[in-house]
Amino acid sequence: MAVLSPVIAIALTVFTGFFIFLAVGVDPVEALYVYFVEPLTQWWTVQELLVKAAPIILIAIGLSLCYRSNTWNIGAEGQLVAGAIAGSVFPILVPEWNGPLVLPVMLLMGIAGGMLYASIPALLKIRFGTNEILTSLMLVYVAQLFVDWLARGPWRNPEGHNFPDSRAFDGWQVLPVIVGDDVRLNAILVLIAVAVAWFVLKRTITGFQISVLGQAPRAAAFAGFSQKKMVLVTFLISGGLAGLAGICEVAGPIGMLRTTVSPGYGFTAIIVAFLGRLNPVGILFAGLLLALSYMGGEGVQIALNISDQITRVFQGLLLFFVLTCDTFIFYRLRFVRARPSAQAAGEAQHGRA
Amino acid sequence: MDAQTESEGGKGSGRLGGEPTLSAHGITKDFGVLRANDNVDFSIMPGEIHALLGENGAGKSTLVKILYGALQPTAGEIRWKTSPVVIPNPAAARRLGIGMVFQHFSLFDALTVAENIALALANAGAMGQLKERITKVSAEYGLPLNPDSIVADLSVGERQRVEIVRCLLQEPRLIIMDEPTSVLTPQEADDLFVTLKRLASEGCSVLYISHRLEEVRSICHHATILRHGKVVAECDPQQETAARLASLMVGAEVRQLTAPEPVSETAPVRLSVNGLSQPKPHPFAVALANISLEVRGGEIVSIAGVAGNGQDEFFDVLSGEVRAAQGSIAIDGVDCRRSGVNARRRLNAAFVPEERLGHGAVPRFRLSENVVLTRHGTKEGLVHSGVVNFAGGRAVVGRVTEAFDVRKGAPDPEASALSGGNLQKFVVGREYDRKPGVFVVSQPTWGVDAGAATTIRQALVDLARAGSAVLVISQDLDEILEISDRVAVISHGRLSTPRDAREVTREEIGLLMTGISGDGQGGEVAH
Amino acid sequence: MEGLEGPLLTIITASTPLLLAALGELVAERSGVLNLGIEGMMAVGAVCGFAAGYVTGEPIAGILAAIVAGMAMAAIFAVVTLVFVANQVASGLALTLFGLGLSALIGDAFVGVPGLGVTNIHIPGLSDIPLVGPVIFGLDPLTYVALALAIGVSWFLFRTRAGLTLRAVGDNHVSAHALGYGVVRIRFMAVLFGGACAGLAGGYLSLVYTPQWTPNMTAGRGWIALALVVFAAWLPARLVIGALLFGAVSYLALYLQGRGVGIASQFLSMLPYLTTIIVLVLISRNQTLLRVNTPACLGQPFVPDR
Repeated sequence: MAVLSPVIAIALTVFTGFFIFLAVGVDPVEALYVYFVEPLTQWWTVQELLVKAAPIILIAIGLSLCYRSNTWNIGAEGQLVAGAIAGSVFPILVPEWNGPLVLPVMLLMGIAGGMLYASIPALLKIRFGTNEILTSLMLVYVAQLFVDWLARGPWRNPEGHNFPDSRAFDGWQVLPVIVGDDVRLNAILVLIAVAVAWFVLKRTITGFQISVLGQAPRAAAFAGFSQKKMVLVTFLISGGLAGLAGICEVAGPIGMLRTTVSPGYGFTAIIVAFLGRLNPVGILFAGLLLALSYMGGEGVQIALNISDQITRVFQGLLLFFVLTCDTFIFYRLRFVRARPSAQAAGEAQHGRA
Repeated sequence: MDAQTESEGGKGSGRLGGEPTLSAHGITKDFGVLRANDNVDFSIMPGEIHALLGENGAGKSTLVKILYGALQPTAGEIRWKTSPVVIPNPAAARRLGIGMVFQHFSLFDALTVAENIALALANAGAMGQLKERITKVSAEYGLPLNPDSIVADLSVGERQRVEIVRCLLQEPRLIIMDEPTSVLTPQEADDLFVTLKRLASEGCSVLYISHRLEEVRSICHHATILRHGKVVAECDPQQETAARLASLMVGAEVRQLTAPEPVSETAPVRLSVNGLSQPKPHPFAVALANISLEVRGGEIVSIAGVAGNGQDEFFDVLSGEVRAAQGSIAIDGVDCRRSGVNARRRLNAAFVPEERLGHGAVPRFRLSENVVLTRHGTKEGLVHSGVVNFAGGRAVVGRVTEAFDVRKGAPDPEASALSGGNLQKFVVGREYDRKPGVFVVSQPTWGVDAGAATTIRQALVDLARAGSAVLVISQDLDEILEISDRVAVISHGRLSTPRDAREVTREEIGLLMTGISGDGQGGEVAH
Repeated sequence: MEGLEGPLLTIITASTPLLLAALGELVAERSGVLNLGIEGMMAVGAVCGFAAGYVTGEPIAGILAAIVAGMAMAAIFAVVTLVFVANQVASGLALTLFGLGLSALIGDAFVGVPGLGVTNIHIPGLSDIPLVGPVIFGLDPLTYVALALAIGVSWFLFRTRAGLTLRAVGDNHVSAHALGYGVVRIRFMAVLFGGACAGLAGGYLSLVYTPQWTPNMTAGRGWIALALVVFAAWLPARLVIGALLFGAVSYLALYLQGRGVGIASQFLSMLPYLTTIIVLVLISRNQTLLRVNTPACLGQPFVPDR
């Protein structure tokens, strides 16, 4: 039953996609094939898929903890950037250091950077009650501008022929490939994160706390759970995971610090979290699907000359359909006529059975 | 037709004559397989105050919703002044001349009294005129209101006035009142009765839903009693005893409680509160001022009071959800002012809040998970190194189900699947199962059927008899006087000195409800 | 004195799109709906406005297209959150992502194409008064529309029966439903109005402010508009002040950049976003003001029982 709504949502998205491609003026069947199927047909595209899926899944796991407890971290993209920056400190400022310890330190610093950046909206919410959606989002723009400045300015590669990039990482500073040509170490980190998250949510008291806080805040207080603590904890975890994803991107597929370090993974992760129904295993599959949508976008751009912005359209549509199907299945649509219902109204108001 | 009302309300022999304002014939309402109303016949005379009695689930609310147009009957006919009518929605009911004052108000906190009333009237007219009408009518009926006050600032009794005046402005011939006195002090209730008698003397009928039998006996001319959706009796309540009315409602002799025994003076103080003060957590809350109270092992102390006088805030401070700003709290002599809820539970205290769904239990969680909710921190093995033992929770559910006769269908359903009474039994039983030394419960039998209510009250009495200190916060004076050893009253955030429950009178309690230590703001002045 | 004219004009024109978008959202939020999709609606409004204007050569066609586009986007959101009762936060995000993607997709064809522009009003005599003339009597038509809209919304909310009803729905949808009001219908219309305003704001950007289309030209203004509504405590008069404040911040950034003050342009570009955070923190410290003015049902799903 829980799987039904995402499946229907996907079907609806593909269905709508048919008409979108038609409207854009291409053969819809061919376009759908290029978009959804072709990336799965060759080994190297499958690897690309895994490479793209890894950061999205990692971030989405963290976000799912936040959303389950009714904390809305929308700034994962900014935390990703913060992690990328923090993790790049040593390779860029101390490029000579190139031993087996570099990479672990880079990863840890990436996590720390993401956590630190995420702590800002968290602390503002705890201390002042400021809406975390807007603060975390504003910080995304700030982080993106900051990395742009760093890459063009003080951290620009002096031997880079004026390209706005840092020097390339090398040796131990690079995230090693473990499968094929492209799949790197972060794939393992992702699997570990999924397993740990699953266990925490299902079996531990922390997971229990998260659920209670998200569903019934007064009951949570009654149980002695602190909303404020959980805001901080979930922001730190999701920020840390986003930061980790960020440094893995920079140290892995990109190989250097650029003016942009992510094609919107932090936002895609939000969709993945919902599509996966805030469940770690669901997120794993949803992440693969959305990575597919990125590849599809690139594919149709090359093959059919359609803007790759179509990816965002599909992603937005998918989220809409997931949200709609969810409620449709779980609340069983009621058509409302303006008829009062005093007792029910009163009961709903006072929460009495 | 002589609709004279004397000071005790229409003491007459037989019903007031004339043709009925409203009559119902063969009203039946089915919800799927559930028959909520079964061939109900009854009629209301002009100028009559007519009581509709019955337990929760007897079908009173369904019947009333049908009369008000919020529901359509499956079968049967309604006649308005002997002509058959169909009432498709509340607007139609209002046009006929039927007004309703709900138990849970349909008010808008952020808006003024005048705006609230305007929203409920079909043709409110200009605001200036409306405000004048409000001032006039409200004063005329003894329910003075200031049309420009913001509803959020009004007390519960004043909010009810807004609902009533809202009704009166539409010049109804029949007013339906659903449990109107559950939110009033005894004095405010008396004022309401004066208003109702005034209305009756003008020929307006009142359909009065209540479970407060003494009230019904004092002002109602006639009563219809529902049980399981059928009319089981009609009578003149002033000719019957409360016990007889109760047994007609329930269909059997109502189980009497085995009464608590008086408590010895030497029993140890198990819950001690001293000089407790707490500022308002937010603008619409009540500040607590200098509350002191002691509860000994073996006794039941009740705190009476109308809603909105600080009960919620006091409960939160007692349970530890909120830390008091000043003053001390001690459980079995251990100071716990700085401790959280779970620390207090570890001192063997237990708490049952007023709201079962959303506060006492998580609606979409299973019962076993709801056990973990309050018992994860009490070192009884439900949590081992962070991992939760849900099987242990299920074991508790089994015990509680047995001990309290919780009807739940599946072995471990979601909390929201249980009926009000059964969920309350579960919530109380969950805490009772720990054999707590201090037990604090708020509104223990609100919205609960009589059978479950008796079970719960008996559990409280048994707990006290076993040596625990029991503190009950309740709006139900009957309940309080039935089970308590001592009674205190909370009003505007202050607590009166507890009195012996067997000696104190309702009038004294009522006076205390309106003001303590000379602050005495009676409810009469328009805000 | 003349030195003041330029800055004032810049501030006012910078504040107009924010004011427009925020006014629409204010009405929607007053009815109890939180629509985070302003950015998406603005973007689609911008691209459709630009496209219509370019194709027809008439700015008015562009303006109308922008409004309709915004409403269409808002309608999607309204159906998802009001009919299907989906989570409003997630749905708003979906709308933003969808809108940004869709606008970029459509706008692909229009990048680099010259824009139309809209001429400012000129009242002979009045507009020529030094300083006061251009600033008060010489603005582009849409800025006057925005101001009129602010006054209109204020009058609607606080002086009409319909506005009272809308506020009531936002305060307590259960009570409103019990009294027989069509909660879903009222919210639907409020959301559509919000979409129209957001679309118009987007059209303003692509037709008047910088007459051209570039992807991401909304640059987070939709989010800033959301913050503005909170800052304004849901009161239209305060909204005008807030929008001007942000206009001033944008101006400050441009000014400092132009003066070559030695701060990198990226940091100057951060100013509006940092200001938003600061403003939000400041306003949330005044919990009393917030509590009293926040529509009590904001963001809560409405599922009535029979």
